[in-house]
Amino acid sequence: MKTNNVMLTTITKVVTFIILVFSVYLFFAGHNNPGGGFIGGLMTAAALLLMYIGFDMKTVKKAIPFNFIHMIAVGLLISIGTGVVTMLYNDVPYLTQFDRYVDVPLLGTFHLTTALPFDLGIYLVVVGIALQIILTIAEDDA
Amino acid sequence: MSLIEIIISILVLLGGLLSLLGAIGIIRFPDVYGRLHAATKSATLGVILIMLATFLYFLIIEQQFVVKVLLTIVFVFLTAPVAGLMMSRSAYRIGVPLWEKSVQDDLKHKVSIEKNRKLNVTDKQ
Repeated sequence: MKTNNVMLTTITKVVTFIILVFSVYLFFAGHNNPGGGFIGGLMTAAALLLMYIGFDMKTVKKAIPFNFIHMIAVGLLISIGTGVVTMLYNDVPYLTQFDRYVDVPLLGTFHLTTALPFDLGIYLVVVGIALQIILTIAEDDA
Repeated sequence: MSLIEIIISILVLLGGLLSLLGAIGIIRFPDVYGRLHAATKSATLGVILIMLATFLYFLIIEQQFVVKVLLTIVFVFLTAPVAGLMMSRSAYRIGVPLWEKSVQDDLKHKVSIEKNRKLNVTDKQ
């Protein structure tokens, strides 16, 4: 029975962008406000999951051709790498944080820290694990 | 008490009243579709009014422009009716009966045709 889910697909196209933008906001707001890598990653996973519900499994796989296991590995490497790189260049203990105020023309002063790449690693791991778990269960036809 | 405080209070009280009406409707209505009718409409408007009051409070009294609250209004306004539609649709398709005093059921014929076709397909397999 072919169902016509035009309402769900239309609203998915709009709402997915709102959720993705809000997840990126949460990811970058984590230093000074509630948010961070974990909850931002979960929101991104929720947005992608809404796409999986609204559309076909094959269509979304074509649109998002990521291997989520590789995503977990890349996230772990980034998180470990931030600790190792600062340790190698500055002769300090593992995972020591550095921060610096950088002047960007036209945009003002940014407070850049090495906690952001660490958070990016957490973000990738959370997105990868959540989607890998859910898609593994969803594809189980037995 | 200034005028804006009175407006914010009225908005909050109206939102709370609408949410309460939605909750009473969920208890009092006889079938799934009536209950969804009560739940989605009045609860959505109630949430929107409360969020509008929050936005006005932070904008005028705390002097902060909170975009997240506006985004919440847009999000609830977009998604709650579709959620109600999907729930009532799936309820109808698995055969939840209408209220016995309902007079008209336009979808009955079409859904029964689809069910027969589905049964035939499963028989052939």
